[in-house]
Amino acid sequence: MNGAANLVALNTIVRREIVRIMRIWTQTLIPPAITMTLYFVIFGKLIGSRIGQMHGFTYMQYIVPGLVMMSIITNSYGNISSSFFGAKFSRAVEEMLVSPMPNWVILLGYVTGAVTRGLVVGGLVLIIALFFTDLHVAHPVITFLSVLLGATVFSLAGFVNAVFAKKFDDIALVPTFVLTPLTYLGGVFYSVDLLGEPWRSISMVNPILYMVNAFRFGVLGVSDVQIGVAFAVMLVFVIGLSAVALHLLKRGVGLRS
Amino acid sequence: MSSPATPALVVNNLRKTYSNGVEALKGISLTVQPGDFFALLGPNGAGKSTLIGILSSLVNASGGDAEVFGVSVNKQRGKAMQLIGLVPQEINFNQFEKPFDICVNEAGFYGIPRKIAAERAEKYLKELRLWDKAQHQARMLSGGMKRRLMIARAMMNEPKLLILDEPTAGVDIEIRRSMWQFVSGINAAGTTVILTTHYLEEAEQLCRNIAIIDHGTIVENTSMKRLLASLDVETFVLDVNHVPIELPVIPGITLRRLDEHTLEAEMSRSHDLNSLFATLSAQGMTVTSMRNKTNRLEELFVRLVENGRTTKDNVEKVA
Repeated sequence: MNGAANLVALNTIVRREIVRIMRIWTQTLIPPAITMTLYFVIFGKLIGSRIGQMHGFTYMQYIVPGLVMMSIITNSYGNISSSFFGAKFSRAVEEMLVSPMPNWVILLGYVTGAVTRGLVVGGLVLIIALFFTDLHVAHPVITFLSVLLGATVFSLAGFVNAVFAKKFDDIALVPTFVLTPLTYLGGVFYSVDLLGEPWRSISMVNPILYMVNAFRFGVLGVSDVQIGVAFAVMLVFVIGLSAVALHLLKRGVGLRS
Repeated sequence: MSSPATPALVVNNLRKTYSNGVEALKGISLTVQPGDFFALLGPNGAGKSTLIGILSSLVNASGGDAEVFGVSVNKQRGKAMQLIGLVPQEINFNQFEKPFDICVNEAGFYGIPRKIAAERAEKYLKELRLWDKAQHQARMLSGGMKRRLMIARAMMNEPKLLILDEPTAGVDIEIRRSMWQFVSGINAAGTTVILTTHYLEEAEQLCRNIAIIDHGTIVENTSMKRLLASLDVETFVLDVNHVPIELPVIPGITLRRLDEHTLEAEMSRSHDLNSLFATLSAQGMTVTSMRNKTNRLEELFVRLVENGRTTKDNVEKVA
């Protein structure tokens, strides 16, 4: 297919994904908003008021970027893994597999849909956060890029998970046993500077730490890691996971016999 | 580039062995001419769906190749897929989407702009009598409607080769006929059609050429006329006012009494019917109606498949 045809195909997937997100908005948009509101009330207001300042910000202000990024990561991942696995399970994925559409269009379409959900949920959580605290974005470009890259990394990871998944349990395993622990240990609620060795060094191999801190630097202007390193880590993950996902699509792993 | 003489499909020594060791296709070759209405028949597990899977790129071939209008499915997948429309055996659309959206999205996957896609969706949903359901969730459609929706969806890229894998399974006779009317019209307009079905009378009525596949090999590949002509025995069922216990003897015809009013007559295709009617009339029997006992193609199909199995069994016994 030529460039214009590829663009039509890409628009079709993205549009379909967004329609799906809006059709089941009570499952895709409301739960994360409620969960994060509870985090703000419990950790920010009730417990946070008893915790002192962190990097010169109130505890509530400090955890807002982490919680926003946590919402973005989990929703991007959850969107693509459930949507693509659902298409596999219902065999609707065959509509795309028998079409002349190149594999990169399929991948980019699903990732764009997942990133969109991540950004919408992130935006909602940010709006809710403004009811609890004041925020002024320190570096808007870095804020946007860190959100975009973070969401892309976990969209790609969710896609790989969905390709390998054989049953619905398989797409719940990674979020439960990998994503959630890494997120909680990724500096959402604390600065890694508070950790002693070896825990601080161990934390530095957690990719989510770099995403949370890149976003926190964008919003608050403070970070536990060098911003250049954080973006390099995210870029490496985007390139690596894209290569893996495209390879899986080319080989037809879990999709073609 | 395809010329008017380029076959619609050339399958060359196509093989498929699944990872569990099952050899689904054992090097089959066949050619389908452009504009043909081609029947691909075979018992369950014969390899029909594997062949269709390879043609539609859902199954990776272990060897050999297939060309659609001169375009290799293996080497130029995207270009080949532009030429094919597939109606699969299993329902494979998102049941929570609307028929109109399913069709428009399908066109989108082929790079067809949304405006043209919407016009085509309306056209084909109307032709397949689904327009009034276009904005309902697909899961609310009946089985027959879902099958028609898959035909409408397959037409969205206006393919040169339409492959129908048991499209009428579980569909009532009225809807089945309307589906065949539609597909016949598509074929008459120039689209090459490949059909697999278990309703052999449909294949007999619709298809001009036929391949019978069993155990991953082609056991017959000829024109429908030639195949049917090869059947030398026909059996008729006659409704008669009264069938006596003792039946008359007619040279070349075997008569069987089915019940008090029904008689079965088996005879060579070259045998005339006059002696049958004359003898029955002389015996005081009045024939009120007559029909073929079985579909002729069905009879041939069973014989070919059974012959293949007997040969295979004998080979295995010798081995």
